[in-house]
Parts: sequence; structure tokens; C-alpha cells
Amino acid sequence: MTTGTHVIEVNGLTKRYRDVVAVDDVSFTIEKDTIYGLLGRNGAGKTTVMSILTAQNFATSGDVRVFGLPPYENAKVLSRMCFVRESQKYPDDALPKHAFATAKLFFPNWDDELAAQLIDDFQLPMKTRIKKMSRGQLSAVGVIIGIASRAEITFFDEPYLGLDAVARQVFYDRLLEDYVTHPRTIILSSHLIDEVSNLIERVLVIDHGRILIDEATDAIRDRAANIVGDVAAVDAFVAGREVIHRESLGRVASVTVLGHLTASDRAELASAGLDVTPVSLQQLIVRTTQRAASEAATAEEGALR
Amino acid sequence: MIEEGRALFLQIAESVEDAIIDGSLAEEAQAPSTNELAAFYRINPATAAKGVAMLADKGVLSKRRGIGMFVAPGARDLLLNERRNAFADRFVEPLLVEARKLGLGPEDLELLIRDRASAAAAPTMEGNAR
Repeated sequence: MTTGTHVIEVNGLTKRYRDVVAVDDVSFTIEKDTIYGLLGRNGAGKTTVMSILTAQNFATSGDVRVFGLPPYENAKVLSRMCFVRESQKYPDDALPKHAFATAKLFFPNWDDELAAQLIDDFQLPMKTRIKKMSRGQLSAVGVIIGIASRAEITFFDEPYLGLDAVARQVFYDRLLEDYVTHPRTIILSSHLIDEVSNLIERVLVIDHGRILIDEATDAIRDRAANIVGDVAAVDAFVAGREVIHRESLGRVASVTVLGHLTASDRAELASAGLDVTPVSLQQLIVRTTQRAASEAATAEEGALR
Repeated sequence: MIEEGRALFLQIAESVEDAIIDGSLAEEAQAPSTNELAAFYRINPATAAKGVAMLADKGVLSKRRGIGMFVAPGARDLLLNERRNAFADRFVEPLLVEARKLGLGPEDLELLIRDRASAAAAPTMEGNAR
């Protein structure tokens, strides 16, 4: 699916709100027809980046190009992008059919049949005003627009709020199904990392306005491992390796190390009586984010001295 | 079905290999397509494609232009040989390590294995007699 063509290019993007830096000199590219996971904590800058890419917010400095062009007031660019916001507002008296009719006008690839199928899948009450809908139903409206618009670039900003586990699975399944027949670029911002880890081809982790990880999901799946066992044996094994997390209880330690374990590593672990447990994508990202935070704190302390 | 901490494309490739080894996917038969694998395992099609490409590189699958991927002749033997070596690394190696700790030599191990294998086989024989 990866063609190597960039649909989005971001260079030195910074966004400042008074004295708060929301996005801090960020550069990255988004490849065509690829599903991205945009991951990070609340307030990390995810929504700000997506808003700027879709011209709903202004950059303080830096260069943003979508399909090679600046997106601002550029109808040719904007009609090829769909941004499903977590806090999307609709007119007070709007019914779902009004929202879908508007989307149909705006997005040239809109598919009525697909929308009808999705309305059925999510059991969306078509006679309820959007304003009166539950959080989950409101999210379903956004998800239906996001999928049925078949825009060349679609952003989903935490689209699952209020959706139960069954409805979320429907969302992931329908998105993947439609992506297979109609490949396009999808940027999915989520906290439920393990739920989307099989769906996303590349991971972008943003933390404190900076990009922490920008890699193929599969490349980081076996990036880290937990080594569990006797403290002394664990310490001997992890010496000289990059440790990102450590826990211990009495004589037993569990240490998360970065780096792929080779066959000889595994033999060494087996003979030392140590256990290896896998690290999920979610754990790896949590650990990496925590480590970045503690390093930043240490650097600050150093600067104060 | 899918486990954490291992590259997904490897796991997808292994699932196809398993089907070839147990015979449910015969040599010369058409292999599942990238999209079929993606839908079944609910994974990104690019990841499934990477697994299929790896099998093609290894000579397990071969492409027939315009039709799809097929299991290559000799694929099963190739995989059995590969798995045999992996089995020795993954299971026999730690078995020997643990045996050494207990003071068991290769002969003792052989006896133990024969013992257990015949114990496991016994109930089946009874079953057949009935």
C-alpha cells in the first residue's frame, strides 16, 4: 500500500497559545494510502496538528503542505480532506439526514449506499435531532461521515467516545473493509492503542508538542521485551542495554529493555532461568513517553543548578 | 490468534505456513489473498502483503500473473526442514540446559522421552481396541 508519495508534508511546524507551546517545531510526512495512528496523551498536541492540517487553525510558524499546496482557503485541497472532530458541532435543529446531505455536497466521493449500510450497522436513530443524541450516537454520526465521504485524507480524532466495545469493533471492521476496496490515507488519533494496533501501518507518537516516534508499526512490535526473574540475573543480562522501565518485588525484577532479542540472547536468558514476556504497543508507548518525561525533568533540574 | 510483541507480518506468514504443513493448503493450490488475510485477521492489508511477500521470497508461494499466489511445489518439504531446525533451537536447546542442571545425560533424556511417549500412546491403543 505504501507508494512512497507524500500527501502531507510538515516542516518546522510550531503553534503557540500565548506562552504555551502546543506544537514545538515538528516535521513529518504522511504517505499516500496508508493508515496512521496518531497517538499521545491528552494535551500532547494531536488535535492542534490535525486542525492546522485541515486549515481550521493557524500555525504560528512553519510550513504545511497538503497535496503539495498550502491548505488555507484552498477549496481544491479541502474538499479532498475529511476531519471527523471529537467535538463536532451541528446546527441546533439538524437531523442526521441533514448532516449527511451536507457531507454529500462537500465530498465528491460520498457514497449513499455505504452511508445507509453504516446507519444500519450503528443503529443510528434517524428521527432524533443530533443535539438530543447520546455521546455514542453523536460519535456514530461522525464515523459514518468519515467513512462514507471516502475523502483522500481522512482524520478521525478520537472517534470512539461513547461507543461501546461492539460499536467500536463495527467501526474498525467497516473502516478496514472499505479501505481494502478504496485505499486512502487515514489518520486515526486514539488512546485505545492496543485496539488499533493491528489496523495502523505507521505510528506517530506526539508528546509535549514533539514527535517521539515516527515508524512502521510492525518495526516497533518486537522492539522491546520484559525480562523477568531473579534481580541479580536480570541485572547481569540488562547491563549495557537500553532499559526503559524497571519494577521489582523482593528478589524478582521485571525490566523492559529496548532492542530486538537475538537467538543467542534468548539462549542466554533461558540458561539464566529468566523469562521473557512481550511488550504490547500500548506498553511500549507508555514507557517511551514516561521516559521522555523523566529525561525532560532531569534536563530541567540540570539547567536550574 | 494474534500475539503481542512479535511482528504481525511474521505471524501472518506463519499462519499460512502452518496450513501448508498440516496439508489444509495443498501444494499448487491457490493461497489466500492479501485482502482475505487482512479481513480474516482484522489487520492492515499492507501488513498482510508484507507477510505474503516474505513467503514469495522464500519460495513458499509463487505468483501467477493475473491470477494470484499459489503454493509452490516442494513448499511443504522446505517448511518442514526449516521448522525442524527451529524446533531444535527452541525446544531441544532449553531441554538440554534444564537436563544438565538435573544431571541428566542424553541417554537419560532419550529414556524419559520414550517413557512419556509410550504412556501418551497407551490410551489411544485402548481406544482402538474397543
